[in-house]
Amino acid sequence: MEEVLNALARALSFGTPLLIACLGALLNERAGVVNLGVEGMMALGALAGFAVAYGEGGNGNLWLAVPAAMLAGGLAALLHGFVTITLQANQFVSGLALSMVGLGVAGLLGKRYEGLPLFDHPPEGPFILGAIGLALLLAFLFSATRLGLALRSVGENPAAADLLGLNVLALRYGAVVAGGALAGLAGAYLSLVYRPSWTDGMTAGLGWIAVALVIFVGWNPLRAIFGAVFFGLLYYLQFRLQGQSGIPSEVFASLPYLLVILVLALSGLRGQQGNAPEALGKPYRRGER
Amino acid sequence: MRLEPLPNPSPLRSVGVTLLALGLAFALVGGVFWAYGLGPLEAYRTMLEGTLLDPRGWQEVLRRTIPLLLIGVGLSLAFRTQFYNIGAEGQLLLGAVLAAGVALFLPLPPALSLPAMALAAALGGALWCGLAAWLKNRLSVNEILTTLMLNYVAQSLVIYLINGPWRGKDVRGYIYSDRFAEHQQLPVLLGTNVHWPTLALGVVLALLLQLLLFRSTLGFRLRVVGENPGAARYLGIPQSRAFLVVALITGGTAGLAGFGEIAGIHHRLIEPTQLSSGYGFTAIIVAWLARGHPALVLLTAPLMGLILAGGDVLKVALNMPFRIVDVFSGVMLFALIGSELFLHYRLRLR
Repeated sequence: MEEVLNALARALSFGTPLLIACLGALLNERAGVVNLGVEGMMALGALAGFAVAYGEGGNGNLWLAVPAAMLAGGLAALLHGFVTITLQANQFVSGLALSMVGLGVAGLLGKRYEGLPLFDHPPEGPFILGAIGLALLLAFLFSATRLGLALRSVGENPAAADLLGLNVLALRYGAVVAGGALAGLAGAYLSLVYRPSWTDGMTAGLGWIAVALVIFVGWNPLRAIFGAVFFGLLYYLQFRLQGQSGIPSEVFASLPYLLVILVLALSGLRGQQGNAPEALGKPYRRGER
Repeated sequence: MRLEPLPNPSPLRSVGVTLLALGLAFALVGGVFWAYGLGPLEAYRTMLEGTLLDPRGWQEVLRRTIPLLLIGVGLSLAFRTQFYNIGAEGQLLLGAVLAAGVALFLPLPPALSLPAMALAAALGGALWCGLAAWLKNRLSVNEILTTLMLNYVAQSLVIYLINGPWRGKDVRGYIYSDRFAEHQQLPVLLGTNVHWPTLALGVVLALLLQLLLFRSTLGFRLRVVGENPGAARYLGIPQSRAFLVVALITGGTAGLAGFGEIAGIHHRLIEPTQLSSGYGFTAIIVAWLARGHPALVLLTAPLMGLILAGGDVLKVALNMPFRIVDVFSGVMLFALIGSELFLHYRLRLR
């Protein structure tokens, strides 16, 4: 029993960054904008959070670290918003570019923090509870508020939303920046709470898993909680079983990625893609069908 | 301000917009150099002096160009058909794995060794990418995510092989496989690392795919699928078959790049991060710059080869992380796709 509880606790702990990043991606996708840059925004958030918390020689400000990480993620997302919403470029390719820039810039500017320990770090409890609360909040936002309805209409049928007097571009910008801020927060969880340290490449594909998770949970914030815990459990098992069984560790290392493909295939089999917002990935241009 | 459509933009406009976008990208990367604490002009000067103004630097640029050329020609075809293969990195590794498997375990007459390795490599890359196309066609799984996830899987596979069943007899520290025999190694230009047969293969493939795309029925179909899926459906051109065809081609050329790296330079299967320094990702910019023309890759591959080699110079001379190459790639990609609006529209101040 104790073993099960322990496993669940670790799964929650590891699932938290996934959940936060997934909710961010879900938010901007519901408004019709795909952002594949989650991995890059997480890296930037992780670095910004760590840099502020560490300061000059370990005397930084822990309270400012989290807002700094969210600011970094939000600013990076703003770039994606400008290129895809204002300049109407391909959202998938722009997100890919954002991943490259985010990982690259974080790797460069983070060099001086490499390997430094953070002695004073925040507890994980508030983050875990906060992430679950955020999922409930988003579920409420989408199902019971005017803002949620406006966001959803902009994602389903921007032309009709525009006709009703909604500001499509502003709503999309807002959703994209908020999504980026959450990706930054997810990164900060890694560098402030989970690890607490900074290393280049510490996001290790988590951002991509978060993007896939959005499809897996059918764009539903409540289901995202279970999806994230499920993947968290998988990571726990990966560490737990490594070295104990005769199975090579490389099999475990590639398991999350294989599982992403598997869950995407299962989502396809169940026709999950039908849940996608109708205008997802399409730039909105007034006066065009 | 408003946008005014240009019905017939001149080809010159395309060149001008692209050059402006590249200029903007280099200026933005200059900002990143500055944030890192390095004068942008000094950084660019170091890159140029270590590459184009140095005889050994030229060879490095050429060596880096070969995999970019091979992967880039395949990707330019794939992007034209709107099949977003982001997993060339993994396909390169799979090509290297299969080529190494043939070299290490298949007893062949020496004359047949290299062709068999190349064939196996192309097959490995093609199957790795074909899997993503199959999932896209059958279960509408987004190929960006699958090809990307398969990168991580390919990395684990290579590490497993050289750490386990294929582990070299003389391994200390870094892990790798046994060394290939003499006849399993590609010839190089005297005193360099430039494996010229692969370079020649890349040039031929660029011209061949250009012909295929613009002078054949299959090419016409691929272009229709990419430019107007609705029209393709109306004409009875199956989209799924187009995706599968380009996936096999783009995966195959990426596999060949893996063959070139191990048969031409390393002569053994080595750790994935050493085997490819992100060629699969850098080649995305190569292909995007070529704007769907495989032959133009002959120009854009050396440009990115220059940036990869320049990244090496910065790493050696100024101890800068190789991540700068990712910054270049990402910023250039941003600038390119952001500028595309201005290919067909003119900005008017009202």
